[in-house]
Amino acid sequence: MSKTRDTAKAGGLTRRQLLGSSAALLVGASGTARALSYTDTPEWQPFSNIAATPVDDDADWQFFTPDEAATVEAIVERLIPADDLSVSGKDAGCAVFIDRQLAGLYGDYERRYMHGPFQAGTPQQGDQSPLTPQQRYRLGLASLDDHCRNTQDALFKDLGGEQRDAILAQLESGDIALDDIDSVAFFEIVLQNTMEGFFADPMYGGNRDMVAWKMVGFPGARYDYRDYIERHNEDLAFEPVSIQGRGDWSTPA
Amino acid sequence: MATKLPRTDAVVVGLGWAGAIIANELVDAGLSVVGVERGPWRDTAKDFNIASVTDELRYAQRQELMLRTAQNTITMRNTPSQTALPMRQWGSFHPGNGTGGAGNHWAGITFRFQPEEFRLRSHLEERYGAGSIPDELSLQDWGTDWNEMEPHYDAFEKLAGTSGRAANLARGRQAGGNPFEGVRSSDYPTPPLKQPYSPTLFADTAREMGYQPFPVPSSLVSETYTNPLGVTMGPCTFCGFCTNYGCANYSKASSITTVLPTLIRKDNFEARTLCEVLRVTTDSDGRRATGIVYVDSAGRQWEQPADIVVIAAFTFENVRLMLTSNIGEAYDPITRRGTTGRNYAYQTANSVQLFFDDKNFNPFIGAGAVGMGIDEFNNDNFDHSGLGFFGGGSTRVTPIGAAPINSRPTPPGTPRWGSQWKRSTVDNYASTMSIGCEASNYASPNNYLSLDPTYRDRLGRPLLRITFDFTDNDLKMAQYVTDKVTEIAKRMNPRQMVAKPRTGPWDGRPYQSSHVVGGFVMGADPSHSSVNKYLQVWDVPNLFVVGASAFPQNPGYNPTGTVGALAFKAADGIVNHYLRRPGEMITT
Amino acid sequence: MTTRIGFTLLGLAGTSLVALSSSASAASTEYQDIEHGRYLSVVGDCAACHTESDAQPLAGGVSLETPFGTLMAPNITPDAKTGLGDWTFDDFKAAMTEGIGKGGYHLYPAMPYPTYTLMRDEDLRDLWAYLQTVDPVDHEVDANQLPFPFNIRLAMMGWNWLNFEDTDFAPDPDQPDDINRGAYLVEGLGHCGTCHTPRNFMGGEGGDKFSGAVIDNWYAPDITPDAHKGIGGWSEDELVEYLKTGGNRYDFASGPMADEVRHSSQYWTDEDLHAVARYLQSGAGLADDWQAEAAPAALDAENAQVSAGSAIYFDRCAGCHTPDGSGETGMFPQLAGSPVVNGDDPTSLIRVVLAGSRAVATDAKPTAPAMPALGWNLSDDDVANVLTFVRNSWGNAADAVSAEEVAELRATLQDE
Repeated sequence: MSKTRDTAKAGGLTRRQLLGSSAALLVGASGTARALSYTDTPEWQPFSNIAATPVDDDADWQFFTPDEAATVEAIVERLIPADDLSVSGKDAGCAVFIDRQLAGLYGDYERRYMHGPFQAGTPQQGDQSPLTPQQRYRLGLASLDDHCRNTQDALFKDLGGEQRDAILAQLESGDIALDDIDSVAFFEIVLQNTMEGFFADPMYGGNRDMVAWKMVGFPGARYDYRDYIERHNEDLAFEPVSIQGRGDWSTPA
Repeated sequence: MATKLPRTDAVVVGLGWAGAIIANELVDAGLSVVGVERGPWRDTAKDFNIASVTDELRYAQRQELMLRTAQNTITMRNTPSQTALPMRQWGSFHPGNGTGGAGNHWAGITFRFQPEEFRLRSHLEERYGAGSIPDELSLQDWGTDWNEMEPHYDAFEKLAGTSGRAANLARGRQAGGNPFEGVRSSDYPTPPLKQPYSPTLFADTAREMGYQPFPVPSSLVSETYTNPLGVTMGPCTFCGFCTNYGCANYSKASSITTVLPTLIRKDNFEARTLCEVLRVTTDSDGRRATGIVYVDSAGRQWEQPADIVVIAAFTFENVRLMLTSNIGEAYDPITRRGTTGRNYAYQTANSVQLFFDDKNFNPFIGAGAVGMGIDEFNNDNFDHSGLGFFGGGSTRVTPIGAAPINSRPTPPGTPRWGSQWKRSTVDNYASTMSIGCEASNYASPNNYLSLDPTYRDRLGRPLLRITFDFTDNDLKMAQYVTDKVTEIAKRMNPRQMVAKPRTGPWDGRPYQSSHVVGGFVMGADPSHSSVNKYLQVWDVPNLFVVGASAFPQNPGYNPTGTVGALAFKAADGIVNHYLRRPGEMITT
Repeated sequence: MTTRIGFTLLGLAGTSLVALSSSASAASTEYQDIEHGRYLSVVGDCAACHTESDAQPLAGGVSLETPFGTLMAPNITPDAKTGLGDWTFDDFKAAMTEGIGKGGYHLYPAMPYPTYTLMRDEDLRDLWAYLQTVDPVDHEVDANQLPFPFNIRLAMMGWNWLNFEDTDFAPDPDQPDDINRGAYLVEGLGHCGTCHTPRNFMGGEGGDKFSGAVIDNWYAPDITPDAHKGIGGWSEDELVEYLKTGGNRYDFASGPMADEVRHSSQYWTDEDLHAVARYLQSGAGLADDWQAEAAPAALDAENAQVSAGSAIYFDRCAGCHTPDGSGETGMFPQLAGSPVVNGDDPTSLIRVVLAGSRAVATDAKPTAPAMPALGWNLSDDDVANVLTFVRNSWGNAADAVSAEEVAELRATLQDE
């Protein structure tokens, strides 16, 4: 019966939330130990889940200045150009995606080990830059425009498509040296974030209308293929669904 | 200054696979057990909500479930002459965090190591001659054997509900399983998973070539399963959000889906989360562990005295805790003395990518452990005479899903952006597959773990430093097995194929596997091992260090099945031997 | 712990007693009598209201929130100062069967004396004997925190006159022993009707017996033998499994029923559970002219709500509940043919979709899988549509769920 009454507790971490035993509370009497002690099946807390919050596509830029945003849009529409397969990276929302990512917890690397000393190592030792993504974009975009001003007498965003492609290729190869940031490192983070935005769930601001998923045939946020796994070499023609749903979820107006 | 808490019979550090298994066994034996976990309490419905878990950006890119490097990371270098630098973002491997540990985001592949692996040095010397093992390899026997391990493998598979097809049962052999497995006392608890197209195509071809394909053993269960503890799991749905993700429908085995639901209800168990262990405390001569000191999330330090201390964190933290607690002698690669940090090893990952024109693999249908494999090129399943290397790999096709931020195969030479990139991405997304060969990695005197002299964690403790590179043995082996896989790939008649044998140096950036092993290895000889076959620390009899940290080297298999078996073995040692003679080394 | 109680007017026994007499009344002290009394205390789930802290069993202090105010369950340990230490068996019996506390005050019917009044004398004696053996705990409980006029216990006299009949249990000679045993348990200590029978405006049981009622934003489903929305479609073993283990293939106990299973019915004997199942499924306790309502016709697949709900179901729900609604026994409830799905009131369905819910954990079924909260992900329309689909598929048939109902419950639950 002792177990019955144990189980009767409202949910594991409630009764002995501090440190488990009353003896422990005696010695740790002052202050609050934040450790959570569990001694039973935790009670369900209504609405509890690890939140997934959609960004506001229509809001103002959260991190970029309008000029920076224009430059980023001019980049992503060349990295992912409009053609018969899809709209451009710009129209798919990749710049909005990057802006919202930089304004969020990714932007300042709050999860990342950022203690020094910072020193260049071998390529295999990975990214050792002290710069956060916010700093990388701020410095990289300014340096890119400096470069374009010096060599083309124009801002990057005002260059033609082929000129922009050429500059992006030179950043990728390291043939252009930017003033304040390693050009390859800058190109790599922009390319990575652009592809993330294009292919991530639309709730983050890119991949509008699931355009990238429709393009490659990825069905999105589905969770059950038991009836399909043995249908080999067949086009299953799934309509993609995002975390926020899809058109068929709505009743006709 | 740590506040001292009342003593408990046993304290277990880490509530992933190993810690939860041992804690449960000790509680059932009547001990009072406190489990201490660095991360949060994980709950399937709350943390792995079915509507939000399908988020590649969050889980694969931003590494939501992994330990934050801001909290703790490692430093790495390839050779002792280099300066190690911190891994600021997880790349090569993915340590987990919270109850369930890395078991929340693992793939679920659950092999047993073969009988000869537990006496690898003896086995190779018997087969190939006393001087056959090159100096660059520090291969060792494990101090145990198949007969001792088999019951524990059996217990782990029954706990996890592992799905598969046995070939080599004690009652006789049967077709369709892995013929290279050691003799099993019982079949897999659940039948094999259904197979998607790419593994089926691979298996058909392999069979035509005379190989013996088998379904990859999977702890993503194939049907609703209730384990011996009374905990129930649901069937895998092949959602394709598996490796790196938590499972929303209770089909991926982990400590949170197989042990903790019942363990947490038991009277003499308590779990404390968000508590990071700083060190093991010992008495003045270091011959007895007296407990642990941990820091809670408010920054307060607590000392938890215990009669038995079990360290069951991830490989890295097991070894770092031993180094920071001065348990055993730190390994020195020059003198080759000392055992703490010795024989660190990894996995040698190889693959062949196949591009087709006329296939649709529906690659988004997948799971971490669904697939077909062959073992003809693994470990010592083939004659190594004259080959110039030892070891081999598990060859298999396991489509894990194809969320497209990461899964966008294009042939070499394709631009990474622009219209041509896009065309190639669309053309190849559904018609590309890959055959992997997860191969052995044999320990070497220059590959070891130590404390970093420069970089410290947020609490001021030295980070663990990895010094590692692939040996000539492993690189030769990689080329050999990849050539063999290429023969099969060719027979499958793709438009184009790309062989990717592992080449040096070890690169910390791309993900390879989280199969980091060794550093506090088991064995029969205290001069070359840290723990005995019950995972009991030499000369500190009430301290047990459990996990892949105990592997003396890594065979061509995923490690989790053996981690689980070793956890049962350690529990067996404590309950059935140590408690009869507390304070002594187990000698049976 | 706070136990919330919906519109049921519940009262409870006892203010703090200051009398210092420590004379315990004569009671049986034989092992089997005390053990039987302990079992009865589990069947009646005394601890649900009277045990606030595990460290102090039965010492009272659980607050019961009623529409009329908060009640605090008293200390029923044998402590002379703050418990029942100076009570006699006759005092106890009067409280249990008449709702009269020692000294003549009226109990609030949160204390289920309107059902306990059916208890046999020998059972009351054994229960009393058991209560004498628990550790006396010095724990003062301020039992009555109701606002005027409900704080006037005399008002209970009027309530009793309208709602309470002091009767002893009389076995029906035409029924077999097990049905009579089931009746005794269901109508007496088990007090099933407290939740499952609709209430009148005063909180007395008033509607069709066992036809289902809303309590604390949960729907306590129909437990008549109705095969569509009651438990008539369950086998006797399935009903026993539910009460014993917390779940069967159709459903897991959740919400208030989880508490019941956790504290009480999982510990009942198999014989008693089978008796309960036979009694309920026989309909022996219902009106002579009771018959199941004809099941409604299902909405057809072209219905706009059903059609939209079908898409939501296959995208979000089928991964656990399976495309054909059959679920996975022991993990994911079967929705096809489930009485709670077909029930008149969709409150529980809306609730678990919006806010999630965990199944009860029992010794037999410790897994306690949980329905994830989807209220952040699904709009009121989405929830209404997917539930309308579920309630009208695979043989199910029930009224559509409206977005307004969802919105209302969402607001209520978020305020909790």
